[in-house]
Amino acid sequence: MSALLEVENLTVDIRLAAGVLHAVRGISFSVATGETVCIVGESGCGKSLTSLALMNLLPKRAVRNADRLRLDDTDLSTVSTRQMARIRGNRMAMIFQEPMTSLNPAYTIGNQLEEALLQHRAVPRREARDRAVYLLEKVGISAAASRLGQYPHQLSGGLRQRVMIAMTLMCGPDLIIADEPTTALDVTIQAQILHLLADLQKEFQMGLLLITHDLGIVARVADRVCTMYAGQFVEQGSVKEIFRNPLHPYTRGLLECIPVPGKTPRGSYLGSIPGMVPSLIGNLEGCSFRDRCRFVREGCEQDIALKRVGDAGRTYRCIMTPEESMRADAAGAGA
Amino acid sequence: MNTHYFLELREATRTFSVGAGLFQRRKTLRAVNGVSLGVRKGEVLGIVGESGCGKSTIARMLLGLLEPSSGEIFFDGQPLYSMQRLARARRILPVFQDPYSSLNPRKTIAEIISLPLRVHNVGSNEERQRWLTGIMERVGLAPEYLPHYPNQLSGGQRQRVAIARALIMRPEIVICDEPTSALDVSVQSQILNLLMDLRREFGLTYILISHNLAVVEHIATRVAVMYLGRIVEEADTESLFRDPKHPYTRALLDSVLTPEPELGVPDAQLGIAFPNPLEPPPGCTFHPRCVHAMPICAQRAPVPIARDGGGHVECHLYDEALAATPQRQAAGDAS
Repeated sequence: MSALLEVENLTVDIRLAAGVLHAVRGISFSVATGETVCIVGESGCGKSLTSLALMNLLPKRAVRNADRLRLDDTDLSTVSTRQMARIRGNRMAMIFQEPMTSLNPAYTIGNQLEEALLQHRAVPRREARDRAVYLLEKVGISAAASRLGQYPHQLSGGLRQRVMIAMTLMCGPDLIIADEPTTALDVTIQAQILHLLADLQKEFQMGLLLITHDLGIVARVADRVCTMYAGQFVEQGSVKEIFRNPLHPYTRGLLECIPVPGKTPRGSYLGSIPGMVPSLIGNLEGCSFRDRCRFVREGCEQDIALKRVGDAGRTYRCIMTPEESMRADAAGAGA
Repeated sequence: MNTHYFLELREATRTFSVGAGLFQRRKTLRAVNGVSLGVRKGEVLGIVGESGCGKSTIARMLLGLLEPSSGEIFFDGQPLYSMQRLARARRILPVFQDPYSSLNPRKTIAEIISLPLRVHNVGSNEERQRWLTGIMERVGLAPEYLPHYPNQLSGGQRQRVAIARALIMRPEIVICDEPTSALDVSVQSQILNLLMDLRREFGLTYILISHNLAVVEHIATRVAVMYLGRIVEEADTESLFRDPKHPYTRALLDSVLTPEPELGVPDAQLGIAFPNPLEPPPGCTFHPRCVHAMPICAQRAPVPIARDGGGHVECHLYDEALAATPQRQAAGDAS
């Protein structure tokens, strides 16, 4: 499987009065056609900036650097602003978290959908309209033709997110980046939207990069998972390996925090991760998780190199060997 | 079992008059429609349902902030709204969803937490100071935060402040409206652990409103499922999760995304549309989305039917009087 999106050593620095904030610190990953990759982490870990960096939509003060940033045969790190505008929304499209704020309230749904295609292709409006109707039906909206004249405020949150998804599909992109696409929605609608995304991805053979804080979503939709903490990927691997056998204490900590009906004894203490995310301003040294880690030991204050396990692309960033990590896991579960 | 309810809604209805448009007549929205629901001393009552189902309206009525349009609310055997406002505000306290907007940004943490003491004029200055440091310690906030302002605190710390403010009056009932949904998972688990500890220590009664079923399953002792202003099913947590009766409860439970990668994205088969609460469907309001809908469901609203072992369910599927009729049998065969 050749990679559709390839990212190597991506960094995002933000210049602040207090110094340089290293928001994304050298992450590498790839997304293949038809593959779903999830970046999971808590607020402030840099996951949203990662998605904006890929789309070249970073705020002005943020500086992006990468050894490699490639979408199919295009080098994204060298394209001009104008060329990028032709790629964005066309070959890679983004679904944002808030369907309320990412649709323009002053234009009809039809207008906004058609615009996506008219912007990138020399097609008659008639054809853009037909495609909009076709895609609205695809995303499960009934009476699609009559919806074109409606404004965003006339639709429920779930419907708006469906419209957003249809909009990203207008040009038939190779890659979709979805940043918390279901966070603002009810659980029942969330399941439907995720279902829909997975179906469409299969049908149109797209790569999907999904950014979320919800491990439940990750477990159910991801092929590969990247756990992000303080701007770095602390662990990466296939979804089964990550959930069955997490090697980084942060991934394990996150998993212990969520109650699972039928598995976690009711009313028992949930796991927690004490302390707070460190400041990412200035020079950073050593493992950034060490102040919150219960396995901290000598050596953690030095920079930890990324370790590879097996040949399936499993990596993690911790001083413990996989064997030590598994033993620690068993001891932690017994305590 | 103690059947005496500590706080109880009896046939409570709350309607709102909403403008439907510039030239249209105002319409009546029944946010809560004839709900009878009670909580016993020491229980944790979870209320779950999709947005717009009326769960926050119930919270506001129980807090004494919103009088029911009809029906009554009893607290400790007395009508809640015949009590002095201050008297009820002292015994029933809220913890709100968003710790960013529920704390006054211009007051220090010390002022915020001790405000209830000043409002109710209890304790001398020394006593107030002692209680303040006591409750800070109890919710896990270091005393050096006392002179700080809310914007200097993290989300989890702010929610601890909100909990401390609610508990400093030693209330009997705490109403938590989505207490953890604005927080990261690692912080959510800390707040849930804290809420469970405080309940044991102070003998508190909780009403927990949440859309997160895993959280409700973990800490509630009884659960009420709400749909369009009605409690469609209510039972103790263990039997509701083991044996959900109402098709809506089942769909909700199916939609929970647990971190189990072996399972894919569930399909709750609910259809897209949450009905417009201004024009609720006739009969059972859930019938347009129900996989077991029968002809009777569109004609007649179901009545509460007792569940084995306590609680009730509002669904024609369990109506003994209907069981003998052919249409019910046909539906039973199909399911």
